[in-house]
Amino acid sequence: MLIKPKAAISSAEITDEQHFKQRRSLIKALLASGASGVLPVAAANAGQTPPLSATPAELVQSYNNYYEFAFDKESVRDLAQALPTDQWSLEIGGEVEKPGKFYLEDILRQQPLEERLYRFRCVEAWSMVVPWLGFPLQRLLAQVKPLSSAKFVKFTSVYQPEFMPNQERGLMLAWPYVEALRIDEAMHPLTILATGMYGNHLPKQNGAPLRLVVPWKYGFKSIKAIVKIELQSKPPVTTWNKSAPHEYGFYANVNPDVSHPRWSQATERPLGSALFTARRNTELFNGYAEQVASLYTNMDLRHFF
Amino acid sequence: MATRSDKLWWYCCIASLIPLIMLLVDISQDNLGANAIQALHIRLGDWALRFLWLTLAITPLQVITQWRGMADYRQLFGLYSFFYASLHVLGYLFADHNGVWGNIAVDILESPYIWFGVFAFIVILLLAISSPKAAKKRMGKNWKKLHRYIYAASCAAMIHYFWQLKGNLAEPLFYLILLVLLLGFRILVWLQTKQFNKLMIPKGHK
Repeated sequence: MLIKPKAAISSAEITDEQHFKQRRSLIKALLASGASGVLPVAAANAGQTPPLSATPAELVQSYNNYYEFAFDKESVRDLAQALPTDQWSLEIGGEVEKPGKFYLEDILRQQPLEERLYRFRCVEAWSMVVPWLGFPLQRLLAQVKPLSSAKFVKFTSVYQPEFMPNQERGLMLAWPYVEALRIDEAMHPLTILATGMYGNHLPKQNGAPLRLVVPWKYGFKSIKAIVKIELQSKPPVTTWNKSAPHEYGFYANVNPDVSHPRWSQATERPLGSALFTARRNTELFNGYAEQVASLYTNMDLRHFF
Repeated sequence: MATRSDKLWWYCCIASLIPLIMLLVDISQDNLGANAIQALHIRLGDWALRFLWLTLAITPLQVITQWRGMADYRQLFGLYSFFYASLHVLGYLFADHNGVWGNIAVDILESPYIWFGVFAFIVILLLAISSPKAAKKRMGKNWKKLHRYIYAASCAAMIHYFWQLKGNLAEPLFYLILLVLLLGFRILVWLQTKQFNKLMIPKGHK
């Protein structure tokens, strides 16, 4: 079970992470002392955070994880163009006072778009920086008036097997794709629904016409081509979590100290890096700890990964 | 006959460099895509694996066709597997991590899929070192014992490939099927004769 009452976590568990960090710096110190004669400059530069600048649009729009279309990232761009995205409507229901079906056009008339330059970290240990255009999810949710019983927000992607080859073949995951957030995560001002990027429309391969962006979580949480939002009292079953529960948790917060069972999450490869460029050190909550860490106080992030 | 076979060996030797040349061309033309470093890993890892499978295919081919003198090709392709695996490892250490040893240590410790790659590489390294005829002579019976670890290395390489992936399992599945065939052939021969010796190619003749 993923969601536990907070009382079940003893404070002793919380120090765990710090011990883990110490262990890691010990390893680094040991190795640095051994290798310092060889590559002092590289070792000293590792882990410095460069200023945030957008990844070239061409890369972001040609390297896409969108399993409905293909399992490789390079062929998604071409395949995704077949998906019809005009006349898009969004159903909002569940534990709300005013459920309904809304045309995206009407939603956008009421929501002024903002540009948000966010880091985006994939669970596969690559990353990018994207200037999204969108609006805070909380503004849309406020309009449908969540009931006090609404504890979780479930998002469902479009199911269009005639345009999405892997839905048609029923491959790999249980389609349609489903993701979810806790209500406080959904209401957080950093959480946006995006309809554009790089000052333009959202390309189909990047989740047009409407996608979620939660910058402190691994990319698979940021569900694409959303057709339905449901507020629920119980934690929804999400696609990757259902497919491999020990590998992909409900929270999926970016955390360099909690490895994927098969690979490290300590570092990441920014898209567009030249050969012989050190990896970037992954930050807790993808660098948004100051804004979001308070959502997870008294939670053992190792357990609720 | 001897010269023709010699020529073919040289053709194979030179042709085996084509993947490297194509990779260098793609690097110089900035043709490796959004995640060039990962593309580099995949290219070199794929070729190390392909040459390893090719090495494993020589013995069954010789047994089936009764052709002679194929041990030289087994050695050639084995060494090329080592060559591409070495570039794969160097690419990981320097093109990717740029020699930041602290990050490399953490990455290896926390990534079980890399452990299998490290194991496979160490085995292939030992096989490459003991590859020259002089080493073979000196090691006597131990040479065969050591070189049977190619089976363990190929299984480890297969796990290394599978375990890093989130989706897209079709390609590794193809290599897995080939590996099952290649190793299955040996199991069949062993079941028939109860000895592996039948699988060892007699000393190279031309």
